[in-house]
Amino acid sequence: MSRLRESLVELIRRTSAEIPDDVQSAILRGLKREKEGTIAKSALEIIERNIGLAKSKSQPICQDTGSILFYIDCPVGLNQVGFAQEAREAVKEATKLGYLRQNSVDSITGKNDGTNLGLGSPNLHFHQHAEDDIAVRLVLKGGGCENVGAQFSLPNTRLKANRDLDGCRKVILEAVHQAQGRGCGPGILGVCIGGDRASGYEFSKREFLRKLDDSNPDPKLDELEQDILKTANELGIGPMGFGGKTTLLGVKIGAANRVPASYFVSVSYMCWAFRRHGATLASDGEITGWLY
Amino acid sequence: MTHNLSSPISEEAIRELKVGDQVLISGKVFTGRDAVHKYLHDGGALPGGVNLDGGILYHCGPVVLKDDNDEWKVTAAGPTTSIREEPYQGDIMRQFGIRGVIGKGGMADKTLAACKEHGAVYLHAIGGAAQVLAECITKVRDVHMLEEFGSPEAIWEFEVKDFPAVVTMDSHGESLHKDILAKSEDALAELR
Repeated sequence: MSRLRESLVELIRRTSAEIPDDVQSAILRGLKREKEGTIAKSALEIIERNIGLAKSKSQPICQDTGSILFYIDCPVGLNQVGFAQEAREAVKEATKLGYLRQNSVDSITGKNDGTNLGLGSPNLHFHQHAEDDIAVRLVLKGGGCENVGAQFSLPNTRLKANRDLDGCRKVILEAVHQAQGRGCGPGILGVCIGGDRASGYEFSKREFLRKLDDSNPDPKLDELEQDILKTANELGIGPMGFGGKTTLLGVKIGAANRVPASYFVSVSYMCWAFRRHGATLASDGEITGWLY
Repeated sequence: MTHNLSSPISEEAIRELKVGDQVLISGKVFTGRDAVHKYLHDGGALPGGVNLDGGILYHCGPVVLKDDNDEWKVTAAGPTTSIREEPYQGDIMRQFGIRGVIGKGGMADKTLAACKEHGAVYLHAIGGAAQVLAECITKVRDVHMLEEFGSPEAIWEFEVKDFPAVVTMDSHGESLHKDILAKSEDALAELR
């Protein structure tokens, strides 16, 4: 196996089995907040136990190992065709090893060939940067939380949401309410204000690459993030929708330009089993550091 | 209050359960998700060896590997979202005599009505807790329709011990999901 492929298999293993520190801290804070003897507390206790077990057994935190989203920042001149081929082989290998479930289905025939390979799987996003090393990030996003994502076109009469930040706030909270516990909350929101229908969702998912404890460089968006986190946690939806104080663990909002006629707000919901890791690689593919 | 449940379950035992009760499930459990529900609802027959009468159906697509002795081993097995089975679940419960459905996210009115009429409950497991729940699976007894539906969608027959879940829809017409939806709607109206 090539050095690069080995590194990518290790990245997949770590992402599937080990929750990042920033997410685990947020879950522990939620656990402390919930009242003793409630089903919300007991749900978070099981979640905490599950995080420990998955790591010690090196097995998937959740059986839905999700859509496989790679984000690759690469130096000018990297052979992207070769890298993509190694990434596909790494996915196949990680599936054999049980780090990934046989999770990719032909949409027309319904067949699952067990390899996790096909158009869109894995999903590879390459971006060139001016550095010498390669930074590869991986997000595994389960179907349950993907299904509760929502896209709004503003203005929205029913929600009295205009084309401003207050309108954005209204539709984002509506998305949290619609999701209830179905996205395996407590969840994390990735939001994009603007863009088109495709790029809006695409940018909303990029927000998941940010650490939960960072601050938004745009003070207005930072304020909105904190407001939505606080307000959502007052809705009483709670872990798994069982009721309680921990409905969300984090909110990350970005903005993209739009055309004058469109004003989309795209909300991606991530489950508590927020699987995201990243590594820097040397040119021979060896892991030189971890990003989360 | 925590109850112990093991299949086959009587209607009386099910009627004792109330929304909010925690249960520990032991005994035989069958998995079935999207493909199985559609297949059964379209009139498909249960494969030989699968008996759901008084039984428990688990909405789950596990990760299962063969170990060195060629035995199936479950390495991850949390619940999948149940609402996708809403068009089929009530009818399938009645037709096959199912007393308990394990899943996540809850189900809606059609299933709630079937729970009340037939005597069944919806048991909410912790979504994403694939390792804790896989540890409760002591044995893979069999697998059915693996070729037709693929591993996540096949009917897996598990032996489980002390599998934790919460009753969120009972046989008296109560649903925690309806309750939380209404309360959070009111809270949102205040905070919007």
